[in-house]
Amino acid sequence: MSRPVRFNTHSKQADINDNIALITAPEGSGGDGYYATNLESVIALGRKYSIWPLPFATSCCGIEFMATMAANYDLARFGAERLAFTPRQCDLLMVMGTISKKMGPVLKQVYLQMSEPRWVLSVGACACSGGIFDTYSVLQGIDQIIPVDVYVPGCPPRPEAIIDGFMRIQDLVGKESLRRRNSPEYKELLQSYGIE
Amino acid sequence: MDNAFIQKKLEEKFGDLVVNFEEPYGMLTFETEKNNNIKMLQFLYDDPELRFRFLTDLTVVHYPENVGRELAVVYHLHNLVDNVRLRFKVFTDVNQPDVFTASALYACANWLEREAYDFFGVNFVGHPNLIRIMNVEEMNYFPLRKEFPLEDQTRIDKDDAMFGRG
Amino acid sequence: MVAEHHIKLPEDSLEKKTSTLNLGPTHPATHGVFQNILEMDGERVVSSEQTVGYIHRAFEKLAERRPLYQITPITDRLNYCSSPINNMGWHMTCEKLLHVQTPKRVDYMRVIIMELARIADHLICNSIVGVDTGALTAFTYIMQYRELIYEIYEEICGSRLTTNIGRIGGFERNFSNTAWVKLEKFLDEYPRVLREFENLLTRNRIFMERTIGAGPIDAERALSYGFTGPNLRAAGVDYDVRVHTPYSSYEDFDFTVPVGTTGDCYDRYLVRNGEMWQSIEIINQAYKKIQEFKGAESEIYHADIPDYYLPKKQDVYTKMEALIYHFKIVMGETNIPKGEVYHSVEGANGELGYYLISDGGRTPYRLHFRRPCFIYYQGYAELIQGSMLSDAIIVLSSLNVIAGELDA
Repeated sequence: MSRPVRFNTHSKQADINDNIALITAPEGSGGDGYYATNLESVIALGRKYSIWPLPFATSCCGIEFMATMAANYDLARFGAERLAFTPRQCDLLMVMGTISKKMGPVLKQVYLQMSEPRWVLSVGACACSGGIFDTYSVLQGIDQIIPVDVYVPGCPPRPEAIIDGFMRIQDLVGKESLRRRNSPEYKELLQSYGIE
Repeated sequence: MDNAFIQKKLEEKFGDLVVNFEEPYGMLTFETEKNNNIKMLQFLYDDPELRFRFLTDLTVVHYPENVGRELAVVYHLHNLVDNVRLRFKVFTDVNQPDVFTASALYACANWLEREAYDFFGVNFVGHPNLIRIMNVEEMNYFPLRKEFPLEDQTRIDKDDAMFGRG
Repeated sequence: MVAEHHIKLPEDSLEKKTSTLNLGPTHPATHGVFQNILEMDGERVVSSEQTVGYIHRAFEKLAERRPLYQITPITDRLNYCSSPINNMGWHMTCEKLLHVQTPKRVDYMRVIIMELARIADHLICNSIVGVDTGALTAFTYIMQYRELIYEIYEEICGSRLTTNIGRIGGFERNFSNTAWVKLEKFLDEYPRVLREFENLLTRNRIFMERTIGAGPIDAERALSYGFTGPNLRAAGVDYDVRVHTPYSSYEDFDFTVPVGTTGDCYDRYLVRNGEMWQSIEIINQAYKKIQEFKGAESEIYHADIPDYYLPKKQDVYTKMEALIYHFKIVMGETNIPKGEVYHSVEGANGELGYYLISDGGRTPYRLHFRRPCFIYYQGYAELIQGSMLSDAIIVLSSLNVIAGELDA
């Protein structure tokens, strides 16, 4: 037996402005042929819309990532056009899938090889907290070994959720100060993970 | 070729080394002596009527209450031509778990035995490379034995009391 | 064959004649986390060593803690590209243990779901073989049809990838109208798309030259290594669990089993392709058979086993026995009868077997998964010996090694 629909009953006309987000310029003053703003916001703007991810896909969430990269839920339109498989050339480490204790050192090694500024997106319940595998061989969350910026829960998270996580990383990148990576708080954070 | 025929042939060849014939859910299951496992596999392979030439699975079960016979190595075989399956077990003591390796006869037994060693500690005598396969090499216990817990006891973020244990 | 240096090295020289290449756990070519350490003589592989276990999640130990229904989500995560097959196989194992006979309509519904899952898995495997040879087009466009299969799963069970579909004895609800409409759309559009996919790759000169002769294996060796599924059929042995030990009424369907000759990558690609066509055939036949059920029979979607199948919600709120059954099933307090059973299904990679030993408690005493990927991956070292590095990569992707099933 079906219940009457209660939500989404007020359909609205599709508006082109809902589907297009115009990137606004940072605050500043401009004129004929020049625009003065602060360096941080310009660099943040540039970095935000061209993040190159490293997909560290271990298990089922990796297949949802493949679906995100494919034509239906295209991640490339957010600037993640070039997927690097080498940590030296990427900004964002997307850890997707269960990380076992055997894989932990490999993950840490990959993280250490990335150069600053670097962000980490933990996709899926297993990467966030061990997921349904509360066992002797699974690392209960990658934040035991590397600092994580955004967690995307789900088992596996829908491609829309992965995109949402990516957009939150974009927010973080857009607000990051140029001095953050040299600040004492950041150094303390890395020290707490045993990373020099 | 039905289970009664196979049972008769085995009893003819091995006499009272094969015991405990059962047929749970249609699959002939029997037990044989620990040192007889390779001869049994070889006989089932070579015999022109039995022709069990495919090793489907090799695994171990731990029965901590059967003192002296705690670890059971279970072989599942399949005759692809006549489409018959069978299962046989060899029991071994947990303090002296030496069983002869089947990897000379079946190439797939190689990793299956490594997995059995990793999880239960069964020492397959004559195996070319008996080291851990799934767990980290530094692990010093055999996790799937019944006395060891499932969870990692050193984790701090999950409260066992909330999960109804401990 | 190791090349001879033109410089004569003394006998006790520490100079190694081969170089070590680590095709490590994180590598774009290894679709999943497993490691290969290759000894290379220039471009040729002399020997290799495999390390697995990077995603060992202790499924078998986990299953000893969980009652039957709670094990279904972990069977999903074995071969996660085709999780409905794993779920159905597990439910059939439980039904075998409990002596439950499923009605025909349920069997046909299961067949449809399993064949869709098989198509999904072979689709990924074949397109990834294309990607590894450099042909990215096929992958990019055919993933769209995988999304269509996901939509069908979503209609039936609510989830895309790790489906946890079905129950012991049948399904949780009848397939909705939308599900049938989507299935018809799939059956309508997919054959044409598969034909296009074939046109891109099957007679493509570059693809053929890359894959023919890469990683051949002969039938004797394949049987000794325990190969099953498309890899074995490509080597020439027509062993298919659906035909040998039919389950879920597969004997009512008329389909052929494609078989190759040399067992190389091209044969594996062709066998998987052929199986996709056969799956479409089977789904068409199952759909017709389901449409023949009329009246009350067309509403059957589960067997009548109140001990293991959740009762209807109206009954739970009004009848006492239903409330008790509901409580016992959800809390996992029903005792499983004592016994040991082995049941296998034809997974996308081969014979996926479940060996379940129950001692009469609420959870299994021992559950062992006979995982085809784990068993045939042992043969990889022999398959690539003497071949070039790029061929080794193609062999790896055409074997369709899924890490979840490798390590369990």
